[in-house]
Amino acid sequence: MQLARVVGTVVSTRKDERLHGAKLLVVRTVDPHGKDDTAYMVAVDTVDAGANDRVLIVTGSSARMASGLKDCPVDAAIVGVVDIVDVKE
Amino acid sequence: MLLARVVGTVVCARKDAGLTGTKLLVIQPIKTDRTPHGKALVAVDSVGAGAAEEVIYVRGREASFPFLPAEVPADAAIVGIVDRIHIGS
Repeated sequence: MQLARVVGTVVSTRKDERLHGAKLLVVRTVDPHGKDDTAYMVAVDTVDAGANDRVLIVTGSSARMASGLKDCPVDAAIVGVVDIVDVKE
Repeated sequence: MLLARVVGTVVCARKDAGLTGTKLLVIQPIKTDRTPHGKALVAVDSVGAGAAEEVIYVRGREASFPFLPAEVPADAAIVGIVDRIHIGS
């Protein structure tokens, strides 16, 4: 999984029916020290994350294992709101 | 599978129900000479790994397999603790 920061939202009216009701957020990946990477992605939120929250992202087919995303056409999901990252080195 | 070193921990109070009770660790991928290689990531621990230990981790959908039949939304999991690495000369 990757650490990321919520930087925005995406609104899409015409979309796959299995995405109806999904909250789509734009996230920017960050390193464990909180520094932004250049990469971003659009992820489905399953944990009610909000703007600027540091979050845990799961990507690939594993994203479909997040709650409510079974058989949904998604490859990135927010599965946690991060409270603490403790890095020793 | 790939090699990494455990460099930290992540705490998420609000998370996907499938991640409840799991231990989230920050790991830094390493090369066979034990030098860092690439970006740090977050992995679910399935073997009781601890700080500064060298581990084997698996990426992708297979990362949820150690927890079957539970459906854990993980795309990286620690599946072994390295005792020694021998590279033939």
